[in-house]
Amino acid sequence: MGKREVQEVNAGSMADIAFLLLIFFLVTTTMDTDTGLARLLPPMQEDQPDDTPPIKERNVFTVLVNSNNQLLVEGKPMSMEELTEATKEFIENPLDKDNLPEKKEAEVPFFGVQMITKGVISLQTDNGTQYQTYLMVQNELQRAINELRQDLAKRKFGKDYDDLEKEEQDAIRTIIPQKISEAEPKNIGGK
Amino acid sequence: MAKFRKKKSGGQQAINTSSLPDIVFMLLFFFMVSTTMKEVDLMVNIAPAQATELSKLEKKELVTFIYVGVPTGKYRSLYGSEPRIQLNDQFATVDDIQSYIAQARDAMKESDQPKMTTSIKADKDCPMGVITEIKQALRKAAALKINYSASEKAEVK
Repeated sequence: MGKREVQEVNAGSMADIAFLLLIFFLVTTTMDTDTGLARLLPPMQEDQPDDTPPIKERNVFTVLVNSNNQLLVEGKPMSMEELTEATKEFIENPLDKDNLPEKKEAEVPFFGVQMITKGVISLQTDNGTQYQTYLMVQNELQRAINELRQDLAKRKFGKDYDDLEKEEQDAIRTIIPQKISEAEPKNIGGK
Repeated sequence: MAKFRKKKSGGQQAINTSSLPDIVFMLLFFFMVSTTMKEVDLMVNIAPAQATELSKLEKKELVTFIYVGVPTGKYRSLYGSEPRIQLNDQFATVDDIQSYIAQARDAMKESDQPKMTTSIKADKDCPMGVITEIKQALRKAAALKINYSASEKAEVK
């Protein structure tokens, strides 16, 4: 029992050492979770004859971005704010207009026979386009799709899309597909 | 302090101080486990682009990073101020990407290889020309799952 005082001193410095280590780790480590936009690239086709049937003009939603970061959507200049709404209208085609994509019938689990859009979004950028603009376009397209899926999930299941079971999510993904195709870069607008 | 303690019941206070390192060590271990060391030193300036529809990158061991940006101060005299590609700890060209991906894929477990994701961390002012070249190289290397790194944008629209 006479040693107690000595032990007290040891224990006290121990905390200091541990604190020092703690601070060292706090400073040297990063706790960032990486976030980003996930995409799937198309596989490389080596000299294969291109025998895929051509897609009809009304089924393609063309988004062009030039080197001045300006958007040209379906032949008309457009600002970034309008893109989401335009994309949603293109995918949904609520009034079955002639200039918006066709639909085909398909059997979907949970939903029965549904009209599914044949629309494809085509995104083309210039070599000089700013990366931020490109990401913003991708982001707006993604948002349009996410919002449509969310709406459908709310209407059908009364739940958020993220809270659904995997099969239910798959069904919604079949009805609202995410078809974004990216063409080879061109020089639009010059540099 | 010591004198003060002696007068009161010394035993109890000794227990208090000795449990402190344990608590601190617990914290220490928590931070050691939950944090990851920065693996590479960035040699390019990257101001992350911003977006709102983000998804999280899970499982660090499945992710391979490609950094694109303007070289930082001390490398600028050597490599110029055009955006460059950094793989691991060195500057590289687009042609190096294929072997880099192959190497990263070999280092993974076979069951994990199909889940491999490539994260492109590019500066927001980067021109798309470089990014497109990288994308073509990744397609050639059959690394099709990619992720455009971006940070959360505070306000929408």
